Amino acid sequence: MVEQVAQVAQMIVHGEAWTVKDLFVLPNEYVYWSIQIVMYPYMTGLVAGAFVLSSLYHVFGVEKLKSIARFALVFSFALLPVAMMPLMLHLMQPLRGINVLMTPHFTSAISAFGIVFMTYAVIVAAEIWFVYRKFIVESIHRLSAKTARSSYESLLLMIYKLISLGAMDDSKEAYAADHKAVKLLAGIGIPVACFLHGYAGFIFGSVKANALWMTPLMPVIFICSAVVSGIALCIVSYYVFMEMRKWAAKRGKNYLLPDGLAHGSAAINYDELKSVQDHEVRMTSKYLLIFMTLALTLEILDMIFRGYTAVKSWDILRDVLFEHDFFKIFVLQYGIGNFLPFLMLLLPGVTVRRAVIASCMVLFGVFMMRWNVVIGGQAFSLTFNGFMEYHLPIIPHDVETFKEGLGGALLVFGTPFVIFYFLNMIFPAFYVDDEGH
Amino acid sequence: MKNHVWRPLFVVIGLVVCILTFRMFYIPDDFGAQDRGYTFGFHRLSNEQEWKDYTAKYKGAEYCNECHFEKVDSLSQSQHEMIQCENCHGAAFDHPENPEKLVIDSSRDLCIRCHSELYMPSSGRNDIPGIDPNQHNVGTECSECHNPHNPSLEDM
Amino acid sequence: MKRRDFMKNAAVFVTGVSVSISALELLDPQEVLAANPELRWGFLVDTHKCIGCGFCVKACKIENDIPLEANVTRTWVERYVIKKDGDVLMDSPKGALNGFTNKDIDQNRSGMKKVDDKDIAQAFFVPKLCNHCETPACVQVCPVGATYQAKDGAVLVDRSWCIGCGYCIMGCPYGVRFFHPIEHVADKCTFCYHRISNGGNTACAQACPTGARMIGNLRDPNDPLTKIVMGERVGVLRDEYGTKPQVFYIGLNKEVH
Repeated sequence: MVEQVAQVAQMIVHGEAWTVKDLFVLPNEYVYWSIQIVMYPYMTGLVAGAFVLSSLYHVFGVEKLKSIARFALVFSFALLPVAMMPLMLHLMQPLRGINVLMTPHFTSAISAFGIVFMTYAVIVAAEIWFVYRKFIVESIHRLSAKTARSSYESLLLMIYKLISLGAMDDSKEAYAADHKAVKLLAGIGIPVACFLHGYAGFIFGSVKANALWMTPLMPVIFICSAVVSGIALCIVSYYVFMEMRKWAAKRGKNYLLPDGLAHGSAAINYDELKSVQDHEVRMTSKYLLIFMTLALTLEILDMIFRGYTAVKSWDILRDVLFEHDFFKIFVLQYGIGNFLPFLMLLLPGVTVRRAVIASCMVLFGVFMMRWNVVIGGQAFSLTFNGFMEYHLPIIPHDVETFKEGLGGALLVFGTPFVIFYFLNMIFPAFYVDDEGH
Repeated sequence: MKNHVWRPLFVVIGLVVCILTFRMFYIPDDFGAQDRGYTFGFHRLSNEQEWKDYTAKYKGAEYCNECHFEKVDSLSQSQHEMIQCENCHGAAFDHPENPEKLVIDSSRDLCIRCHSELYMPSSGRNDIPGIDPNQHNVGTECSECHNPHNPSLEDM
Repeated sequence: MKRRDFMKNAAVFVTGVSVSISALELLDPQEVLAANPELRWGFLVDTHKCIGCGFCVKACKIENDIPLEANVTRTWVERYVIKKDGDVLMDSPKGALNGFTNKDIDQNRSGMKKVDDKDIAQAFFVPKLCNHCETPACVQVCPVGATYQAKDGAVLVDRSWCIGCGYCIMGCPYGVRFFHPIEHVADKCTFCYHRISNGGNTACAQACPTGARMIGNLRDPNDPLTKIVMGERVGVLRDEYGTKPQVFYIGLNKEVH
């Protein structure tokens, strides 16, 4: 009897808690890929986008983006572990996640995850190492010179010594070599970042059983919207962090930059921060506009093509697109998420505030796009004769509804900021160094 | 100290070596591309045997016949001869050891699986005598009047 | 300096790639099959014979330890009711675990739909199960090699290796896969591999009172199943996906897919 009770408690039909079926749906059909799989391409998209933004400066030498580039790089690194999180939260057997690395089956798009992800992580880590090597060496000297170190400073010194990998060469040639390495890594990083996200699109685009997903445009659409969302997130968080720093600067403090750095508190001043912020946000929003145009064009093309060719699945897709998900697709995604911010950025005289609000809307729009692809793709039955509706679990009543509910999604979204906070202690993202890169 | 640029690479190589070493111990020996090639046959070979060793629960009428030959014989004379013993008596498992006694399902729900009348032209269902379970002697078990081993209405 | 960089990089790259290539021994499936000609499991469903009793579903669930009350199943039966006005209604309440005992059609959230007998042009049942495809889409997409096809065509899942990503569930065009409610790994019909490999019948085919289900060896020309598949007009489900399904149907209609 006890055994039986334990079994019943364990018994979960995955997907049943949040799926509502209508008309004829096969018995095993549920919304198996829910909010975490929406978060997954969203987060990898942010990683890839942030990295591409930083590369615009590092590779293509877009000098105007210098200040935000460094922030974008560190932020991209902070986002990186979080790209993995939704997958781990989604897996029914999270402890076996390592199998993807151990026995990758290369005919599956997901198997690329382990290898591409690791490659990408290594590239970003190495790039950060080269970008900050001068800073690390200087910090070691600075902290070693201190006679009375606080325990925090001792810890920091230890970390710096460890990550310096013993490379203490501070000659001009050595820094020149670093500079080259950064350029090279950022250069390699762009295709890898695109691949990282392109294959996330391929994961969906190659599912031949799913009428909505199956299109070769999917990887390209995913990359474009990834860059869009990555840039938008960088604009928004850069703005927020700079606001915090401005607020602190007025009170003579220096937020988000370890105190007493060589270029630290002395250089801080409200007006300078404000002008840097204005300049960076406005510049970046121009790039945002370019990538948005591209993403939007492809998405609309995909929809027109489906309507025009009108193969067997079009009847049910039309029902999903224009009836069931009309509000989510045309109002939330295209309206609020695309056209409005598009206009806001296009109209002359872009102010920082307008750019940031537009970026927030873009972030929301890309999220809705992921939602409409992932959830929308499961909104209809394989039989084309029924519908499934997804109800996001808001108040969790067990582990599963937490993991695959609002709680899990917020956890995933919040984590990069926590990681960034700690990462910023080691690699100050707002550290300005005129000779550096 | 000129070659400091290579240090991250050494770390990466070290990492890769660690992963590959771990991989050697982690992966079962018989894991690999088997008979169906890499695309369709990449798996742990011994799992096939594991599935073959799965325990069967249904034993079939021959198994029942080893002891209950009279019952099996009487059923095989009737219109219900095509119905497996275990459909109503439950899966045998290791009967008579475990369970010692099988629980017979004599509910109305069982009988109306076939005998609830549905209009199904172009289906075999139409050829089966059927009743409307909401009208036909509601509340009584079918076996009170009908003998499942000899359902012939004439012998009632 | 530059050339040396390149050489070192190249060396690292080659080592890395060769490690992964070793896993990529591409074998031609046709060649492999030709070498093992004696056994290929196939299945036959006669939709004329199916009476919708659902004994197959019940037997399957008990035989394969899928909790009866869980709303997932390895095999199920669908009811098709085609009305004289051309409307088609379909349902499969609980996968037909308890058979079809009600004239009303279960439309899930849209409720039970009443159909008058005199409006029905034709109505029939279609049992469904895993097609054990020749080129299974679900196996192709498994990232870790947890699901696979055995030499005899059976598509199985390694329960100790599945990570539970659900990609195979998404990849299957027939909706036969689901997460096992207790094991928490992908699960599907195995053709009762433990029974057929030891000379038995599948639990569903054994439980079927009318002989609507049949398992057999497609490589054996004298197998009753092969005789029908070769000698009569049979169809398969959704072959447009290129999966080459190996469950054959007698009496398919255009409404069924």
